[in-house]
Amino acid sequence: MQKPIATTRSATTIPTGKLAVWWVLASEVVIFGGLLCSYIMHRLGHPEFGDYAAHTNVWLGGTNTFVLLTSSYFAVRAHFEAEHGRGANAAKWLYATVGGAVCFLVIKSFEWTHEIQAGLTITKNAFWSFYYVAAGLHGLHVIGGAIIMLVIASDAKKNKELHRVELIGIYWHFVDVVWIFLFPLLYIAK
Amino acid sequence: MATPAQEHSHAHDDHAHGADGHGAHDHGHHEMSFWSKYVFSTDHKVIGMQYMFTGLAMGIIGAFFSYVFRMQMAYPGHHVPFFGVVSAAEYNSLITNHGTIMIFWLAMPVLIAAFGNFLIPLMLGCDDMVFPRLNRLSYQIFLLSALVLIASWFVPGGGFGGAWTAYPPLSAKAQYNLTPMGSSLWVIAVALEFVAFLIGGINFVTTAMNSRAPGMRMFDIPMVVWMIVIASILFMASVGPLIAGAFMLLFDQTIGTGFYDPVRGGDPILWQHLFWFFGHPEVYVVLLPAVGIVAEIITVFSRKKMFAYKTVLYTAFGTGILSFFVWAHHQFIAGIDPRMANVFTATTVLISIPIAEMMFVFVATLYGGSIELTTPMLWALGFIAEFIIGGVTGIFLGSSGADIYFHDTYFVLAHFHYTFVPIAVIAVFAGITYWYPKMFGRMLNDTLGKIHYWGTIIAFNGIFIPLFLTGMGGDHRRIYNYDNFPELANDRLNHLREFATISLVVLIFFQFIFIVNFFWSLKNGKKAGNNPWNANTLEWVAPSPPPHGNFAELPNCYRGPYEYSHPDREQDFWPQNEPA
Amino acid sequence: MGIEHYIEQASSYAADIDNLIWLVGVLVGFWFVLIEFVFFGLIVAYRRRPGVKAQYITGEEKHQKRWVGIPHELVLVCDVVIIIAAVRVWVDVKQTLPPAGETVRVIAQQWAWSFVHAGPDGKLDTADDIKTVDEMHVKVGTVYHFKLESRDVLHSFSVPVFRLKQDVIPGREITGWFKATKLGIHDIQCTEICGIGHGLMPARIVIQTKGEYDAWTAAQTATASR
Repeated sequence: MQKPIATTRSATTIPTGKLAVWWVLASEVVIFGGLLCSYIMHRLGHPEFGDYAAHTNVWLGGTNTFVLLTSSYFAVRAHFEAEHGRGANAAKWLYATVGGAVCFLVIKSFEWTHEIQAGLTITKNAFWSFYYVAAGLHGLHVIGGAIIMLVIASDAKKNKELHRVELIGIYWHFVDVVWIFLFPLLYIAK
Repeated sequence: MATPAQEHSHAHDDHAHGADGHGAHDHGHHEMSFWSKYVFSTDHKVIGMQYMFTGLAMGIIGAFFSYVFRMQMAYPGHHVPFFGVVSAAEYNSLITNHGTIMIFWLAMPVLIAAFGNFLIPLMLGCDDMVFPRLNRLSYQIFLLSALVLIASWFVPGGGFGGAWTAYPPLSAKAQYNLTPMGSSLWVIAVALEFVAFLIGGINFVTTAMNSRAPGMRMFDIPMVVWMIVIASILFMASVGPLIAGAFMLLFDQTIGTGFYDPVRGGDPILWQHLFWFFGHPEVYVVLLPAVGIVAEIITVFSRKKMFAYKTVLYTAFGTGILSFFVWAHHQFIAGIDPRMANVFTATTVLISIPIAEMMFVFVATLYGGSIELTTPMLWALGFIAEFIIGGVTGIFLGSSGADIYFHDTYFVLAHFHYTFVPIAVIAVFAGITYWYPKMFGRMLNDTLGKIHYWGTIIAFNGIFIPLFLTGMGGDHRRIYNYDNFPELANDRLNHLREFATISLVVLIFFQFIFIVNFFWSLKNGKKAGNNPWNANTLEWVAPSPPPHGNFAELPNCYRGPYEYSHPDREQDFWPQNEPA
Repeated sequence: MGIEHYIEQASSYAADIDNLIWLVGVLVGFWFVLIEFVFFGLIVAYRRRPGVKAQYITGEEKHQKRWVGIPHELVLVCDVVIIIAAVRVWVDVKQTLPPAGETVRVIAQQWAWSFVHAGPDGKLDTADDIKTVDEMHVKVGTVYHFKLESRDVLHSFSVPVFRLKQDVIPGREITGWFKATKLGIHDIQCTEICGIGHGLMPARIVIQTKGEYDAWTAAQTATASR
């Protein structure tokens, strides 16, 4: 399908793809914001949440924070390569980013398996309900983002649609930022 | 940015290809199968039509539900023709799904997605939306959401009956609502609809911001486009917390979490806040596009420039922003801290100001005009006259002290039908009768149109004025039989309820006239030509109906959209694309 | 045509609420009539006539904006009056709790109301409490505190003749007050959808003199102790 002329116009001088990504990010901010505000309101009304939160694994959570931040750095490198027209290199850095995502998910599944086996399930109490829903929703966004990143990488390898490398990078940074809010709220605030 | 000379769309009405190198593109228009042209199309006009027909079909279902439950109100316990005897459970399910359908599957798809998709690229002078495949995806998700909702009525246990507001614990536990599968499918359907509109919004906002015709500045954009864009932003900014809340409700329903369960440390009021934080802006999400449609029609048929265009725009922004600060007026007596009620009564009563200003501006536009009462104009003027009733009756409810009595009575119901029916019915008919010539290339029959209008408007008032009175008289909401309440089981109230029901039957009868007119005129209506109304905006430059690609040559824009009756001109209109 | 036309006023604040509604009605009614009059008047005055062109008015000039600006400011004044009046009624009914002459527990469930009245000892939550289903007895002229509870979902305690309404939330006890001013037997409604039996839980409030109430109390206790 040929791109309509509408796609190529830019009355605001911002490319349409970038506007679209910011719109998606704004929607996601409101969704996660609503969820986290509900959590915070609950937390303020239930001091015992602090005791429940003591059972989260701060080390694994912290490692995952490092993993995501590193993967965001890889995404920045990918953007740099794409800016300079080096699609194959950009793809390599995108694959590294996806690698970070996989690493994040592996650590998370290890973490959750351990917690579930210890009886800390989603129905255990309200804290653990929020914990799994918030981190789970975030995890879905990691998976979704990684899949889209692979598609963009395969195009980038052929030097096609290189502008999308920056766009998925912006999305990836957002996924990172959500985690940076989740981590202290769920793991550290005891 | 491409200059006009370089931009040629892919219009194929004469099979000529521009001499600019676009050459032989393999759109395969001539060989396009039925499926690719009408079902899997990425063309914004087809997608707009898909939304319109799906929305109107769902609206018919919602109207049928209202017929059934109002027959029960008028003649409790009697067999309702085309339905049967209405049980208490069925009654709750009918009212729940009536409200849910009308807001999410009629008002939003027709006002925002149908008119938005059809009009925005045309009014901005471009060939399609910015992301056509994403546009198609949004419709597909929307269609799925409608099918999930319909499925929810046929599963064991029946459809969800906890009101469109779905307050837990009733909505969260099957032991209370007795509709285990129906409740969850209802939540999933609504969540899918939200996702469809979030995705759809991407196109409305990016296309309006970026894809305008060369020369079209911000204040040259037609008001209906602005309104749909602001509505999309308002929707996006308000729905997020409810999406989170819907996930939480779904988990409470299915896997036994306790987000809203007081026994498990949860809070039922949390849902109310999440719901209404969205729910109040949502009413403006549907109001603004309706107002936009009315704005286009009033200017054309009074041959007058819109009075204070910028003021209208600022009141729309103002209303949108203020709408985030009024939500708890739905919860005055819900058990929130009573001191909070004072804040919300102040904000709620004050939000009447930007909206009143909007109405004043439309009335001012009529001053000095040359008014022709065509069918679209009748609908547009009807919108204003009726919506004002909705607006002023809202003040009774926003006044906390008065709401103590009025909450959950039919007064509330009559108030919001005096806002929603103008929005979802009157403005929709206004838009359809106005743009039908552009969409289908034919004129609707004007006599049938006027009969349809008067029948609808008069019957509409016949339904809801009695219901204001029954509400004042103490009729509380969502009750399937008032015979159990000695103070309400009297002739005076019974007659009012019956009158309302008969008016509804009359209203429904008049809609058949519209349906006949609509389909008959597709083949037999007078041919419309490009610009039957002598309007200024760019959609009237394209052929009727516009081909794929919309314009043979994409237009430039030289002025605002409302230059009617300019003193320096002979002609009383001045199309946006005509060079100075 | 006010509410008292349909439902009598039987509480100390019912008239205040009805008067607030009248105030809103007058202010809002004035604007409604005015704007509809202007609206229809303009349609008639400026209908299309052959040879008469419409005027070109931008609405951006100050002298033009005034026509919208001034009504708009007057509406603001009316709004402020309404807000103040509404808050005064609200504070009285929902924020203040006059000292209780009597207390009664109101328990909502799917699908019935039950009430716990203090027995002859005058104290609630003692052995001689009088429990009833779907019928509440109160003494006229006494300030009552009611304590609302729910056994399952949200319900709402509504007494139209008092103009009173309060939602009931499971997991919480919500307190409110009223003072009955007229004798009689009237409807109690549930005004929050609570399932398929939402319309099947009417109750009655019996407003009695002190003498009648004491007699009723004695009769209940006598029956109970048999």
